[in-house]
Amino acid sequence: MKVLVAVKRVVDYNVKVRVKPDGSGVDTANVKMSMNPFDEIAIEEAVRLKEKGIATEIVAVSCGLAACQETLRTGLALGADRAILVETDVDLQPLAVAKLLQAVVAKEQPKLVILGKQAIDDDANQTGQMLAALLGWPQGTYASKIDIAGGRATIKREVDGGLETIEISLPAIVTADLRLNEPRYATLPNIMKAKKKPMETVTPAALGVDVTPRLTTLKVVEPPKRKGGGKVADVAELVAKLRNEAKVI
Amino acid sequence: MSTLVIADHDNASLQPATFNTVAAAQKIGGDIHVLVAGNGAQAAAQAASHIAGIAKVLHVDAPHLAGFTAENVAAVIVPIVKSGGYTHVLAPATGFGKNVMPRVAAMLDVAQISEIVVVESADTFVRPIYAGSVLATVRSADPIKVITVRATGFDAAAATGGSATVESIAGAPDTGLSKVTGQELSKSERPELTSARVVVSGGRGVGSAENFKLLEALAAKLNAAMGASRAAVDAGYVPNDYQVGQTGKIVAPDLYVAVGISGAIQHLAGMKDSKVIVAINKDPEAPIFQIADYGLVGDLFQIVPDLTAALG
Repeated sequence: MKVLVAVKRVVDYNVKVRVKPDGSGVDTANVKMSMNPFDEIAIEEAVRLKEKGIATEIVAVSCGLAACQETLRTGLALGADRAILVETDVDLQPLAVAKLLQAVVAKEQPKLVILGKQAIDDDANQTGQMLAALLGWPQGTYASKIDIAGGRATIKREVDGGLETIEISLPAIVTADLRLNEPRYATLPNIMKAKKKPMETVTPAALGVDVTPRLTTLKVVEPPKRKGGGKVADVAELVAKLRNEAKVI
Repeated sequence: MSTLVIADHDNASLQPATFNTVAAAQKIGGDIHVLVAGNGAQAAAQAASHIAGIAKVLHVDAPHLAGFTAENVAAVIVPIVKSGGYTHVLAPATGFGKNVMPRVAAMLDVAQISEIVVVESADTFVRPIYAGSVLATVRSADPIKVITVRATGFDAAAATGGSATVESIAGAPDTGLSKVTGQELSKSERPELTSARVVVSGGRGVGSAENFKLLEALAAKLNAAMGASRAAVDAGYVPNDYQVGQTGKIVAPDLYVAVGISGAIQHLAGMKDSKVIVAINKDPEAPIFQIADYGLVGDLFQIVPDLTAALG
């Protein structure tokens, strides 16, 4: 069974982001970029499915700037077999990415597509669900466990009240939550091997997809800073302050 | 202009975030209808009809809506939005809303605006990005605005005072794509985390599942909900539904007590809008102290029982 994994290039999670002086966006020049952490979990899950003999081929896909090639090379080093970059300079929003992935799915015919549940830059949490809708496929979102047998998938999902188990038919979309697995590190030999793995580049136009943004960002600002840093000496002072100053108990 | 609010409910009652979502709809303006889709959800539909400012409740009841799967719920929502001519479709940014709404948006071929915290106008909204480090103001050019609402951004609409009619309508048939086969829901004596007035949260510093009982005793005294950092959940001290943070639950209680939590940015993203923050940590350099109103440096195993006792 072929598995497709979508990966996004984002500002590294350790970087403290800064708003551009003109408020038009977040400064991404000379900032460390990495694979979205949830997408690393998605890749890892695909690799484990291959190690179990369930997946036969893993195709990593990314959409965006030419620099996304680096992100795809990381995916190849982690165990993907080949990569596809849908290259464009347009600021891609989740609906556009879902349409691009839909076109790639039509060509590649995977049985399973795994994505991270959300990207840590726009925090949208949409692309997997949108792709499922466009394809008319079931969706196993926020997965913390995946079992595949007999053409069906059993997904344990993280929900507000705890955990839920669903059974879905294949082909299907799964989005990875934090506790699905712990991704491995790429080893040096695998990083070297990844350089020789095939990477194909296509454009949105070649896939026949209109990626025009639907949302316009009017401005971005940093939220007001919280005034913290107050200290109390002991429990008695804490209780007194909560009662008399903050009046919350 | 009219808004359809998708209720998050368990058939018997509405989830608290549904009331905040109605409040966001009121800021947009125009008629507000609430859709209650479930199985045996008469009680939830009745509750929705009592919310102040609602013009109508649409109630769709069918056995295949029992699991609230995104496939079946979205299939019900989309034709109702099209035939009703709604300009806005809102749902709370709960696990339910986040799962269902992007599916609705894609079926309508429109963008979704996730987790709004401010309504600037009928087409312009503010939403946090980068774990809340940045607030973006975005405008939608789509004819239908599909939106999820972050409950902490809006004061809840009044649960009583309304007397909307409840209209029972037929919904789309079972898609047959997905079936809920099991649930492991946490049982707790404590209030629900996202709507509690006080939250007591523990981090890696608590050290074990056993030690979380110290926090539970404190929470019981304060009538508080229990929360946790990602590190404590990953370590297996508490179940996943305790997690507060960027990808867990977003809370803004009157009082948030952070115990043994260092204060990673993804945790702060979930609680920094709390009115009063108390931090208890043995490391005086822990980032949590920078945002805490009252920081207490010391051994939590001494401080927490003392605090519990002092609250008598």
